[in-house]
Amino acid sequence: MATVRAHRVLPGFGLSLGFTLAYMSLIVLIPLSAVFILTSTMSVEAFLGAVASPRVIASYRLTFGASLLAAVINVVFGLLLAWALVRYRFPGKRLVDALVDLPFALPTAVAGIALTALYAKNGWLGQYLESIGIKVAFTPLGVLVALVFIGLPFVVRTVQPVLEDLDTEIEEAAASLGAGRWQTVRRVVLPTLLPALLTGFALAFARAVGEYGSVIFIAGNLPMVSEITPLIIITKLEQYDYVGATAVASVMLVASFILLLLINGLQSWTDRRAGKGA
Amino acid sequence: MQSSTAGWRRLLAYGAATASFLFLMSVVVLAQTAILNVSYDVSRELYKDINPAFIADWKAKTGETITVNQSHGGSSKQALSVIAGLDADVITMNQPPDIDVLVTRGGLVAADWRKRFPHGATPYTTTSVFLVRKGNPKAIKDWDDLAKPGYQVIVPNPKTSGNGRYTYLAAWGYAFDKTKSEQTARDFVAKLFANVPVLDGGGRGATTTFTQRDVGDALVTFENEAIAISAELGTDQFQIVYPSISIDASAPVAVVEKVVAKKGTAKIASAYLDFLFSPPGQEIIAKHAFRPRDATVLAKFASRFPAIKTFDVEETLGSWADVQKKHFADGGIYDQIILKK
Repeated sequence: MATVRAHRVLPGFGLSLGFTLAYMSLIVLIPLSAVFILTSTMSVEAFLGAVASPRVIASYRLTFGASLLAAVINVVFGLLLAWALVRYRFPGKRLVDALVDLPFALPTAVAGIALTALYAKNGWLGQYLESIGIKVAFTPLGVLVALVFIGLPFVVRTVQPVLEDLDTEIEEAAASLGAGRWQTVRRVVLPTLLPALLTGFALAFARAVGEYGSVIFIAGNLPMVSEITPLIIITKLEQYDYVGATAVASVMLVASFILLLLINGLQSWTDRRAGKGA
Repeated sequence: MQSSTAGWRRLLAYGAATASFLFLMSVVVLAQTAILNVSYDVSRELYKDINPAFIADWKAKTGETITVNQSHGGSSKQALSVIAGLDADVITMNQPPDIDVLVTRGGLVAADWRKRFPHGATPYTTTSVFLVRKGNPKAIKDWDDLAKPGYQVIVPNPKTSGNGRYTYLAAWGYAFDKTKSEQTARDFVAKLFANVPVLDGGGRGATTTFTQRDVGDALVTFENEAIAISAELGTDQFQIVYPSISIDASAPVAVVEKVVAKKGTAKIASAYLDFLFSPPGQEIIAKHAFRPRDATVLAKFASRFPAIKTFDVEETLGSWADVQKKHFADGGIYDQIILKK
């Protein structure tokens, strides 16, 4: 090639990149930047007063803590579910497969009301849990339950296709080379699934951080105990405090963005490591 | 070729112009005959009955057929929508700050809106009462009982609901009336809110928590909601307790001047609000368990509304703006007592 400019195999790079940027700006960047622009009208003291009061900090702890924990739980059990759905045949498998997506489709308020009815002290599950001293509805534990519920499909649906592609022959090869079962899982299966698991984790986590509808019914919403950050934002809006609400929202956005960046970084790191090993 | 394309273009332009003209006309025509009432959450059923009665009344008086649309939601959210441009002709709320905000932001409502209709522009009132489980097993009689240790009280979140704010202020007013000391009032309200295990976003949510989830010994809510619960779920499950003193929760209404000026609906809008104060309007209001202003209508429904001593927020505690700032703003007294526990 004589030209210095690198030629691309696929045509239409300029058009598609231009479209991508315009679309992302319109749908994501402009609305998000409005949050930061409105926040930037605040003085530093007002900003700190809005985002760092004890009540708001307690809500970050609950929102991010419960979201992380829920994402971890979903990674463990989502993997199990995906494994069962891919590797085994059983009657009603298609039905279970379809059920996994239900938390996606269900309006979150319905999920919240259903979970609350279930776990309240007069509910089907709540009455037994209450008798052994476990309170779920109207406690932070209830928040966790709701977040696990809404985050489940993300892990299952990201892991499932990778697992389907993972040939059982590879496991058989590992076994024939003398690997034990646990060794096969640890050295062969898990490394292959790790990127998908991380993606699922990130999605489930991100969804949980922003979740409002389902949590609000089961949380009890006690200040310092079971208030989630999205509720703080709504509360500020109810008091006509637009700017305060966007300030808290911007803290949430930045924190989520940093966490998602970290997870993505971790993912590309595992990708590279896997690539080297192969 | 050339001229035919031009011809098509011209035709298309005429067509588009005509279409947009017709569209605009239809918008104007619709706007003249439809008004929108933006209201709070639990007035849905009330206005569902008020609207047909008013439409019939207007038709009888003027011969015009009109439509009244209604929109409901959390009161502050509704007010925010109007500020953001929702074309409300009238706004009917459950506490004055949600109308005052339309004065301060954008001057949508006249500053003297309280003087434009009778009774401070409040066609009805209600008050905060207790709902307890049948037989009143914990013998709850008055506000003091709610603040005792070991009692659980369900109250909607004062930060997000007018209902919760009235409950908080009623408790405050009760303690303040007794001792005339702000410190005692503050301690009392702190004790009461320490007994709240769940803070729902609005009145209906609190009702569900108390009646369906079986949480709490007492629910503090508006009288109309308490009467509605008894009617809906039967009096064999719950009973209403009237405290020795409670708060006057008058529901304010106002015409959204800027919108009616634009739409040309000023007459209909004020006739609509006038209708709320008329005897037929007051009867519908009383049927929905709100206390009517009209003395004869009130007398007719006297069995439904036992006499109760109430106090007015602005007379006892100062202007709504000050009350809002002192008690409910971020860092206000409500925040302080809640953080201490």
